[in-house]
Amino acid sequence: MYGFDYHRPGSVADAASALGGADDGKYLAGGQTLLATMKQRLASPSDLVDLGGIADLKGITVSGGSVSIGATTTHAEVAASADVQGAIPALAAMAGDIGDRQVRNAGTIGGSLANNDPAADYPAAILALGATITTNKRQIAADDFIVGMFETALEEDEIITSVSFPAPTSAAYMKFKQPASRFALVGVFVAKTAGGVRVAVTGATSVAHRGPKLEAALNENFSASAVDGVQIPVDHMNVDIHAGAEYRANLVKVMAKRAVEACG
Amino acid sequence: MPTVSMTVNGKAVSADVESRTLLVHYIRDHIGLTGTHVGCDTSQCGACVVHVNGKSVKSCSTLAVQAEGADVTTIEGLASGEELHPMQAAFKENHGLQCGFCTPGMVMSAVDLANNMKNLDEATIREQLDGNICRCTGYHNIVKSIKDGAERMGG
Amino acid sequence: MTETGIGAAVRRTEDQRFLTGNGNYTDDINVFGQTYAAFVRSPHAHAKINGINSTAAAAADGVVAILTGEELAADGVGPLICGWNIAGKNGVEAHNSPVHHALAMGKVNYVGDHVALVVAETQAQADSAAEMVEVDYEELPAVIGTGKALNHATTIHEEAPGNMCYDWEIGDASATDAAFANAAHTTTIEIVNNRVIPNAMEPRACLAQFNKGTGDWTLHVTSQNPHVHRLVMSAFNGVAPEHKLRVIAPDVGGGFGSKIFIYAEEVVCTWATRKVGRPIKWTAKRSESFLCDAHGRDHVSKAELALDADGKFLGLRVNTKANLGSYLSTFASAVPTYMYATLLAGTYTTPAIYCDVQGVFTNTAPVDAYRGAGRPEATYLLERVVETAAREMNIDPADLRRRNYIQPDAFPYQTPVVHQYDIGDYGASLDKACDMADVGGFAARRADSESRGKRRGLGYSSYIEACGIAPSAAVGALGGGVGLWESADIRFNATGSVTVMTGTHNHGQGHETAFAQVISEKLGVPIENIEIVEGDTDKGPFGMGTYGSRSIAVGGSAIVKAADKIVEKGKKIAAHCLEAAEDDIEFAGGNFTVAGTDKVMNIAEVAFTAYVPHNYPEGVEPGLHEQAFYDPLNFSFPAGVHICEVEIDPTTGETEIVNYTAVDDFGTIINPMIVEGQVHGGIGQGVGQAMLEGANYDENGQLVTGSYMDYTMPRADNLPNFNVGTTSTPSPLNPLGVKGAGEAGAIASPPAVINAITDACGGAMIDMPATQEKVWQACQAAE
Repeated sequence: MYGFDYHRPGSVADAASALGGADDGKYLAGGQTLLATMKQRLASPSDLVDLGGIADLKGITVSGGSVSIGATTTHAEVAASADVQGAIPALAAMAGDIGDRQVRNAGTIGGSLANNDPAADYPAAILALGATITTNKRQIAADDFIVGMFETALEEDEIITSVSFPAPTSAAYMKFKQPASRFALVGVFVAKTAGGVRVAVTGATSVAHRGPKLEAALNENFSASAVDGVQIPVDHMNVDIHAGAEYRANLVKVMAKRAVEACG
Repeated sequence: MPTVSMTVNGKAVSADVESRTLLVHYIRDHIGLTGTHVGCDTSQCGACVVHVNGKSVKSCSTLAVQAEGADVTTIEGLASGEELHPMQAAFKENHGLQCGFCTPGMVMSAVDLANNMKNLDEATIREQLDGNICRCTGYHNIVKSIKDGAERMGG
Repeated sequence: MTETGIGAAVRRTEDQRFLTGNGNYTDDINVFGQTYAAFVRSPHAHAKINGINSTAAAAADGVVAILTGEELAADGVGPLICGWNIAGKNGVEAHNSPVHHALAMGKVNYVGDHVALVVAETQAQADSAAEMVEVDYEELPAVIGTGKALNHATTIHEEAPGNMCYDWEIGDASATDAAFANAAHTTTIEIVNNRVIPNAMEPRACLAQFNKGTGDWTLHVTSQNPHVHRLVMSAFNGVAPEHKLRVIAPDVGGGFGSKIFIYAEEVVCTWATRKVGRPIKWTAKRSESFLCDAHGRDHVSKAELALDADGKFLGLRVNTKANLGSYLSTFASAVPTYMYATLLAGTYTTPAIYCDVQGVFTNTAPVDAYRGAGRPEATYLLERVVETAAREMNIDPADLRRRNYIQPDAFPYQTPVVHQYDIGDYGASLDKACDMADVGGFAARRADSESRGKRRGLGYSSYIEACGIAPSAAVGALGGGVGLWESADIRFNATGSVTVMTGTHNHGQGHETAFAQVISEKLGVPIENIEIVEGDTDKGPFGMGTYGSRSIAVGGSAIVKAADKIVEKGKKIAAHCLEAAEDDIEFAGGNFTVAGTDKVMNIAEVAFTAYVPHNYPEGVEPGLHEQAFYDPLNFSFPAGVHICEVEIDPTTGETEIVNYTAVDDFGTIINPMIVEGQVHGGIGQGVGQAMLEGANYDENGQLVTGSYMDYTMPRADNLPNFNVGTTSTPSPLNPLGVKGAGEAGAIASPPAVINAITDACGGAMIDMPATQEKVWQACQAAE
C-alpha cells in the first residue's frame, strides 16, 4: 500500500471539506473494497477521509412504510435489525449473505453503493425496491443512481448519508455465488410493490440493471412459470473463467424463478 | 506518523505508525503479538481475524488508525492464564487443527459465531465459516470443534 | 494398548501453542537489524532482458541494496537444481536440464520469474523500490498448453529442443500390443489432470542471517526438509559450506509438497545477507505464492484398457504429456515418471502395461510434487478408464473391480511396472466401503432425487499408493540423487525424561504426539516426559524430511531401531545393578525385570545410573543415548476404496456431495484421531481438485487464477462430513507394520467424485474441475 494522509472528521460537512482540500482524496467507509484495492497498489489516493467517526451516518429508522438506513451502517447491522427484518425481510437476508461474517461486520451500505461493483448485492436491492439515495447535496432515485460499471451519479465530493427503502408487498433476492470470491455470479432481486413488480439483476452484465422483460411477464402473471417464457438476451452477459454467457443467462432465469417462488 | 492507541487483550497499548499500517501489522510488528497471521492479500483467508469492540473483523482489511481507541481481542487474549477458552479446548479435543496457521483466525471467528448465534447446527456453521480458509483439515473436525465449543460456551 | 501408546487417540501436544497464538512460524521471528526483501518479478511469460536500470530505485527511501543475477553469478552461486535424472527412450541417458538461475540472466521464462532482489529497511520501502527498478524486456511468444508445447514454434530453452525435457517409457510395449490384439473390448479415454496450486495457508518465508564473528549462517525457512535444504544449498548452490550453515524450519503452516523444494528466494537471501551485512527477511505475499510456488499435476493423457469378454483386464496403454513448467523444480522430473507410471497397475492384475511420458517445458510456474505427487494422476486415469469400461460393458463398476483385484494370497505381488506390493486385501476394503456407503440403497435414493427433479450419481475409486519413500538403492537405480533413509536420535536425560530427534518435519501431521506415542509404547516412558525435536540442522541428526507419506514408515522405523538399542544397553546396566545375567533381563512397560523374580529397575533409574555411573558394568559406555539410521526395504502400499455420492440440480449444475465414504488400509495406526484428520484433509484437497480448483493461464501466460478471488479454495460449505473407516493388513516390511496416511485422501478422492458426477450425468466425460457450469452443460446434453 502507498502512503496517504488520514482524516477522521466528526461531521459530514467536515468530511466534504477534508476531501475538497485533498489532491486526490477518497472517502473511506468500511474499507472492505478500497483497502483491498490499495493493498494491491491498484489505487493510490493522496488522502483517506474516514467516515467512521460521523455519528449521523449510522443507524436504521422505520417510518411511514419505509426503512431508512444510515450510510455507514454495516451489513451485519442491517441483517440483524428487527426493523429491517420486519419491514423488508428480503433486504435483511440479502445483507446477511454479503461477503463473509467479517466483511459484514465492517462493510457498509453506503460504501457498497458508492463503489457499485457490478457483482455487488446492494445495487440490485436499491433498483428492485425503488430506493432513494440521500446525499449531503440531494436525493437520487435508484434508477438514476446506478450509471455504469463502478460508476454512480455521485459527484466527486458527494457523500451518501442514507438510503431509504419503501417496504414492498413481498420481495426476495436469490444469489448464485461465484465460487472463489463469493460475489454474485448472478443475483436476482424480485419485489412486488404498490407500483408493480420490479426486478433487478446483478453480476450478469457490466452493471446491475432492471429486467423490463421479466417485470412485464411477472406483472401479467406473478409465477415462476411466467419466467420460462422470457428470453434472457445472451449478448451483454459477462464472460469470464467462472461462467460463459449462456450459463449466466440461464442463471438469471433460474434465480428469477427461485426469487418469485420465495416471494410467495 | 500518527500515534495510535487502543486496548489489546485488556492492556492499553500505543505506537507511532504510518497511516497505511494495517491493524494486523500493528498487532504483529508493533505490539509483538504474532498469533494473528497473514495468509492472503485479498481478505479471504481469515487467518488475521481478531475482535474489534466485540465483533470479528479481518485485521488485514482494517487500518490501525481506524481502530484508534478500540477494544481489541486477539487469539493471545482468549485463554485465562493456563486454562484454555472453551472454544480452544474444543478445537484440541476434536482435532480441529493440523498445521495451526489458520487456527487463530478460525478460533476467533468461531467464538464470534458462538457469541452471536445460538443452537448452531452443522449447516449453519459451514455457511458462516466462509470467511476462513483451512487447507489441512477438510473442515470436518473444525465444524465438529465449533459445535462442541459453542455448547461448552453455553450455546 | 495403553492410554498413550500405539493405537490411542492421544490429543495433540503441539495444539497448546497453536491454539493460544504461541506458534513460532518463520514470519513471527524478528532479529535486530533485520532488513526486508522484495523480488522484482517478471510481468511477462517469456522475454529477453536487455537491461536492468536500478539507479532510481537504489536512491529510494530506505533501500539497502539492489542485487541482480550478474552479481549472484560473479560470486559463484550456482543455479537451482533438479535432483532426479530421468533416462529416456532409446538409450538416452539424461533428461534435458536447462540452467535455472536463481536470478534471471538475460531472460525470463514465466510470470513471476525472479529478476532482482531489493533489500530495504521496511517491507513497504522494499516493495516501492522494486516497482522502481526499470527492466528493459523484449517480449517473446509464450509457450502455453500442456498438449501444445512439444515442437511449438517457440523454443524456451536451447538445451531442450522442441521444449522436450524427456521422452520416457516403462513397461512392455509389445506384450501390451499383443494384449490389445486379443481383447474382446477396448475402452479409450482422453483425460486431463488439471494443474492445481498448493496453497499451504502459511506463505513461504525465510530469514537469513550471517555472523561475521563465526562465519556461520542461520537460515529460518518454511521447509519440509531442512537438511535437504542445507545439503543442496551448500553442495550445489554453494552459498555456504554445509558445516557453517544452520537451517531451521520452525513451525511450518502446511506444505503439501510445496515446501520440499529449494527455491530461488532462500538461496538469494542467504547469499545476500552476507553481502549486505544485515539479516534479511522475505515473506511471500499470497499473490507471489500463486505465481511462484511449484504447482501440481498438469497432465494430458490418452488411456486405453483392453478387456476380455468377462471384463478381465488384459492390458493398459497410456501416453501422457506432463507439463513441467518453465524450469525443473527440485524433484519435478520424478513425479510424472517414477511416482506416476509405476502405479498404473493399481489394485489390479493387469498383466501387460505400457506407458510413455513426454515431459514438456512451458512458460508457466515450475510443476513439482503436490500431495500425492504422481499417484493421484495414476489413480485418476486408471479409475476413470475402469469406470468407463464398466459403463461400456454394462458391468457393475464394483463388480468389475472385484473381478480384477489382486487376491490376498497373491502377495508379494510383482506388477509389470517396477513395484512389488507387500500385502493387501482390496476386496475387504471394497466390501466395507459398500456397506458403509449403503450402496444397496442407492437405487432408491436416486429415484427419490429424480422425483425432486434432481440427478444422483455414485462413484468408486479403488486406489493404491507407494509410500514410505524409499529404499535408497532403488531410488539411486531410478536416477534419484539422494538416499531416502531416515534417522532418529534418542537421548535419555539423567532425570528419566527423553529427547527424541529425528530428520522428519512436522507441519501439521502431529509428529510431536504420534512419535511420542511410539516411544511411550516402546520404552514405557510417560508421554509428558518425551520431547520430539525436529527441524533444526544443528540439533537433530541428518534426515531427509517429510513428504511421500514417509515419516512414520521410515522415520518411525528409525525411532523403533534406536529404541531397540536403548533397551539393549539398558539390559546391560540393569543386569549389572540387579546382579543378574543379561540374558535373564526382560523389558516391558518401562521396567527391566529379572525373569521370574520381582527384581525390577525402571528405565528412568537405568538412565540415572547411566549418567551417574558409580556402580556400573565394566566395558559399557556411560550415558543412555542411541542413534539409528533406517533405510526401508521397500515402499509401503496403502490402499483402499472411496465411494462418493452426489446430488445435482440440473437447472444450475449445483453439485452437492451427499455422502462420502473412505475405507483405507494403512496397516498399523499409531493415532487414529490424527490419521482420520489426515484422511479428511486429503479428501478436502482432492474434492477441491475435482470440483473447484484449477490454475488457469491465458494464451499470453498470465495467471488468470492468481488470487482467492478467482482460484476457488474449498470452504467449509463446499464439503460434507466424511464417513471414514479402515481395514488393516500391517506391512510385513517395517517394524511398526505402518504404511503412511498423509496422501491417501488426495489420491483416492478425485476419481470417486468425478465418477459420481459422470454417473449422475448419464456417463458424459467431464474434465476436472467439474465446475457447476460444466455440470450444467453435461446435464443439458443428457436431457
